[in-house]
Amino acid sequence: MTSARIPRDAIAARLAEVGYVADRDLATALWMMDYLKRPLLIEGEAGVGKTEVAKALAAAHGCELIRMQCYEGLDASSALYEWNYQRQLLAIKAREGSGASASEIEAQIFSEAYLLERPLLKAIRRETSPVLLVDEVDRADEEFEAFLLELLSDFQVTIPEFGPVAALSIPRVVLTSNATRELSDALRRRCLYHYLDFPDVDREAAILLNRQPGLDANFVLQIARMVGMLRKEDLKKVPGVAETLDWAATLAGLEVKDLREEPDIVHATLIALLKTREDRASISKETTARLLGKVA
Amino acid sequence: MGAERFPVEGAGPGPAMRKRLAGFVVTLRDAGFVIGQAEAQDAARLISSPMSERPEGLRAAMRALFASRRTELARFDELFDAFWRGRGAKSAVKINAEALAARSPRRFQHDPNAAERARDQTHVGEGSAGQGAPAEGGGRRGGASAQEAISRRDVAALVGERERAQAAELAERFARAMRTRLTRRERARRRGRRLDLRATIRHSVAHGGEPLDLKFRRRKMRPLRLVALLDASGSMESYVAFFTRFLHAVTQAFRESEAFLFDTRLAHVSSALRERDPARALDRLALMAAGVGGGTKIGGCLMVFNRMHAKRVIHSRTCVMIVSDGYDTGPPEMLASAMRDLRRRCKRIVWLNPLTGRDGFEPSARGMQAALPYLDLFAPAHSLESLAALEPYLARL
Repeated sequence: MTSARIPRDAIAARLAEVGYVADRDLATALWMMDYLKRPLLIEGEAGVGKTEVAKALAAAHGCELIRMQCYEGLDASSALYEWNYQRQLLAIKAREGSGASASEIEAQIFSEAYLLERPLLKAIRRETSPVLLVDEVDRADEEFEAFLLELLSDFQVTIPEFGPVAALSIPRVVLTSNATRELSDALRRRCLYHYLDFPDVDREAAILLNRQPGLDANFVLQIARMVGMLRKEDLKKVPGVAETLDWAATLAGLEVKDLREEPDIVHATLIALLKTREDRASISKETTARLLGKVA
Repeated sequence: MGAERFPVEGAGPGPAMRKRLAGFVVTLRDAGFVIGQAEAQDAARLISSPMSERPEGLRAAMRALFASRRTELARFDELFDAFWRGRGAKSAVKINAEALAARSPRRFQHDPNAAERARDQTHVGEGSAGQGAPAEGGGRRGGASAQEAISRRDVAALVGERERAQAAELAERFARAMRTRLTRRERARRRGRRLDLRATIRHSVAHGGEPLDLKFRRRKMRPLRLVALLDASGSMESYVAFFTRFLHAVTQAFRESEAFLFDTRLAHVSSALRERDPARALDRLALMAAGVGGGTKIGGCLMVFNRMHAKRVIHSRTCVMIVSDGYDTGPPEMLASAMRDLRRRCKRIVWLNPLTGRDGFEPSARGMQAALPYLDLFAPAHSLESLAALEPYLARL
């Protein structure tokens, strides 16, 4: 594969082309995923853009994104494969009068045509390696984590009626976690690790410019600084990057050119960033004015 | 590490470099990093990759490989700089020595000669599992008998810092194991064995009268919620620290749980306990509960609980757990009526009394007498073993 030789700056450039601004550490981690063929575990607060990384990675490589959302009670049959029972029963019925032997029917109905692929099986059965996103792995149970670990280490699945299914290609695996539960050491050791923080002012400005190219650079910097300062306030729910984008779009729609000139509009539109009653109450008009004073 | 073989592509690093790398891996392990054989091999591949042309690049790459939690990131940079660039070597060595002295439980190699042996190791085939697992298991086994002894003793009789810390750690582990078993049990029940014939036949119409997809009826289960009320008054002093650690672990492990502290007034402390780091959680808890002191008003606090919180925190599958010695300075009638109200609302009330475990104890405190008729379970909770005995009871809820 040629992409294994791409140094990290090239990866960062390719991500920027598809609208994702990655810092150097993240670009390094993404390059290593290809070089070492290891999954990448991304942790970080909600809203820092963990899922976006996988989407951007798939877009940059021009490959498919297979997403598996984890939840409590997720089991192998909804993550890996399931037999299409209805079709199997129909097939049995259809062959009832044909005089086919039991073993012939069995071979027929336990063939690939009757197999329903779920995300994990799908990911290893593609000709070209897709990006497999295992989203919020901390929500799944401990047992599922162990099962996932097994799959990630040898990329082979055994279906009892079918035998071992080897991977046609090794997917690029991205796992995300919100740290609602401590993950096992084994899984952490297996994965590369990246902690995704809220972007700093420059990177957030770059993201805004990338997504909304029409905006004035100075205005974008003001927005990024304002959001950066808000995140340092004692908030219940810290605004994420998506919220910043919403806010910037709102302000642009209201034709605000300079945040300092429109404190009332700024305060009124903060609802795009502050999503709980307490947060809304804690950022008063005076606080907004004080923060705007430092936006320059 | 030592004389590992490397994938054919490229020549791989030279012997001197490999030795350095093995030393670095040992340094990291001593500092508490969890690193297997496979990771060490991949690090060697990184050294022969284009990434190693610049030190920053190599550092970022090795960090992604070796560090596996947020707290390890900064630590890694320090160790890397000290080892490969000789910067701040003194402080890093100090960290190293401290880690060795503390003998952190996550250390893989307890043997001081391990580094030596690792260098001499010639076969690669063992893989990461072979290296990591047995050593880890061994570490746990070593502590088992001591832990057993601690789990039987009265918490109030544990005097040393170390013993208390150990007991708290065990309590945490219990709470976590409890949750795993409880969820498993729930799932087995959830599978729903009863066939819903009506739905099955209705759906069979689509298949020409053949009951192709069988429909099952299953009971809808809501996850078990635990609401804990911990008495933090003076008479409970020697137990409070232990139970707050236990509550912290329970809050972390159960998806749905609420915690309250009370003595003369009631404090809702769930948000503090949701803090993942135990030390920080206890700090926040101390802040929230600041100003409480004096006698115990169990009855009054329970009334406040019924009025202010019960509606929100109690649902059909809720177990209320009260941890208290039952010494109430308020009138017992008040406690009795509060207990009656609470009884009507929730499924189970468990009262854990740390004094019950003592020989010759009778629940003679007036408050305790008033509360007894409304309890589903009145259990001792003076030691870890008594807490563990609770689990089968909770599983039946």
